[in-house]
Amino acid sequence: MTILLNEKSRVVVQGITGSEGSFHTRESVKMETNVVAGVTPGKGGTDLDGIPVYNRVSDAVEKEGANVSGIYTPAAFAPDAIFEAIEAGIGLVVCLTEGLPVAEMIKVKQALKGSGTRMIGPNCPGITTPGVGKVGFMPNFIHRIGNVGVVSRSGTLTYEMIWQLTGLGIGQSTSVGIGGDPIVGSGFIDILELFEKDPQTEAIVMIGEIGGTAEEEAAEFIQTQVTKPVVSFIAGRTAPPGRRMGHAGAIISGGKGAAEEKFKALERAGVFVEKNPAEIGRRVQEILKRSAA
Amino acid sequence: MKIHEYQAKKLLLDYGIPAPRGGVAATPEEARRIAGELAGQVVVKAQIHAGGRGKGGGVKPAAAPDEAETAARSILEMQLVTHQTGPEGKKVRKVLVEEASAIRKELYLSVVVDRSRGRECVVFMASEAGGMDIEQVAATAPEKIVKCAVHPAVGFSPFQARKLSASLGLDAGQSRQFAEIVRNLYRLFLEKDCSLVEINPLAITEPGQLLALDTKINFDDDGLHRHPEIRELRDPDEEDPLEVAAKNAAVNYIKLDGNVGCMVNGAGLAMTTMDLIKMAGGEPANFLDVGGGASAEQIEKAFRILTSDPNVKCILVNIFGGILRCDRVSAGLIQAAGKIDMKLPMVVRLQGTNVEEGRRMLQESGLRFTVADGLYEAAQKAVSLIGS
Repeated sequence: MTILLNEKSRVVVQGITGSEGSFHTRESVKMETNVVAGVTPGKGGTDLDGIPVYNRVSDAVEKEGANVSGIYTPAAFAPDAIFEAIEAGIGLVVCLTEGLPVAEMIKVKQALKGSGTRMIGPNCPGITTPGVGKVGFMPNFIHRIGNVGVVSRSGTLTYEMIWQLTGLGIGQSTSVGIGGDPIVGSGFIDILELFEKDPQTEAIVMIGEIGGTAEEEAAEFIQTQVTKPVVSFIAGRTAPPGRRMGHAGAIISGGKGAAEEKFKALERAGVFVEKNPAEIGRRVQEILKRSAA
Repeated sequence: MKIHEYQAKKLLLDYGIPAPRGGVAATPEEARRIAGELAGQVVVKAQIHAGGRGKGGGVKPAAAPDEAETAARSILEMQLVTHQTGPEGKKVRKVLVEEASAIRKELYLSVVVDRSRGRECVVFMASEAGGMDIEQVAATAPEKIVKCAVHPAVGFSPFQARKLSASLGLDAGQSRQFAEIVRNLYRLFLEKDCSLVEINPLAITEPGQLLALDTKINFDDDGLHRHPEIRELRDPDEEDPLEVAAKNAAVNYIKLDGNVGCMVNGAGLAMTTMDLIKMAGGEPANFLDVGGGASAEQIEKAFRILTSDPNVKCILVNIFGGILRCDRVSAGLIQAAGKIDMKLPMVVRLQGTNVEEGRRMLQESGLRFTVADGLYEAAQKAVSLIGS
């Protein structure tokens, strides 16, 4: 088993005819992802390499049985795309788009509450389950099927970590980029909960960064609810306060969100904290060996 | 995005929130004219994007127009140093001249977004301990801060204003005025995509009226696309010139104090690269994310920005080639380094797709690249090249 994506996943790509949407759809198809439809309002009736394009998400659900959506629409239209996917009953929405205003995300969180939809992102690299496929833009070659769950707030740093694991022969059950915005659809806790329940996952790598209190909240959750070993790194120890470090959510403000506080909270919770990101892979290897012995 | 106090007060007034009458001046003569129009006691306040201006000598009272002119003359063009500016301070280019008020009491009121899990809403914070740094109040006397979360689906309810005003010990008349202020503040916060509105102090003046004596408003950068009128308030003089150049080149750059310049693709990896430089005993000169794509043009622009910082003694390039292939990155690096006549030592660490080809190209280019394999090794090599 894996989390979020599996052999029953039928993906619809919202914004499939755009340059990002079409490029990454093709990349995901190379990885055997089951992309069953695309949606671009006004382009219904056309196709992308034989993948039918519809005007509305509900058409993709009714005609193609879509149950997962990847959203590539520009920021100004992304909230509308998310609401449409929720309304159509899509079970898993992955929003890759960057630049959604916080005020819109507050509304999105309201719409998600009580719906049957789980959302990942926005401003994230998406989800990859090796052997099943991907929604998003993690590079195809970095992954390997295995037993480590990866969850992270960033993009290239996550690829780097996955690639380290793969280089050591350690595969991944699923890798999830939850996104770098202040408010995201699913947080660390949501994904940790899934990895904890997933029989395939034996250890978890959690990559955090400065800003907010998501890592502190996750530490509390890990202490009481997670039995599997968690290895963690936090990016941004040298970041100055009050500056937005690329990601909208990566900012130390009001004396909160510094890396040291997060490292401390994780250490207290019994997490294997690794301050040198070049050593994450080896640390995981060591822990897996120890638990196998 | 940050704006000046005078711009923030204009927004408050637009939303019916009481603030002192005043005007902005770029010369001492203008300050004199404004003080003359206001008549009576005025305050002359330096306009820079930083707090703590009073302690640094950036705020002065004046009883008459010629005093206002003198005050403005001493403040304008000064290099104002506060706890938020860093030791080099910030040059003052404008002053706000406004009516002085007799003050009975100073309160604190702010609006922020609570991003913590399961909450995700707009929150009001009020305190009787106004005029002080709220972070300090939170650390020493947290019981003096009252918070009030606004349910996004319900919006702001009058009972919440009553809750806040009760904690502030306001009388009936002030409570009515306060409820109006809070309601309008919520409207301003949402309509303009703010990330922070702070009124500190919110004064109770001698006749017993509420007045926003000082205010700070920040905006969500991701909301700016739908507020051209707010974008116009941007003051490039307040930003580092290199950061302005980077913004124009669509490169994500933040200047720091160290001497190891770095260029990375992706924000998380860029922060991590800074951390590794520090871990290796060096100091990063900047944060620079060339984006997931990192085209040859982007790399060239990034190089130009990095090399125009005179503190930079060595450059570390750290690229994880995903969809973007390493050989393409190498081609971009060689092209850019050739064009801008790079004199600084440079360490390049490539990882990912087509990495062997990328490294071979660098080594055969004849340019002075030190190639590194590992993430930490790259940082160590860069730090060791300082002064070489």
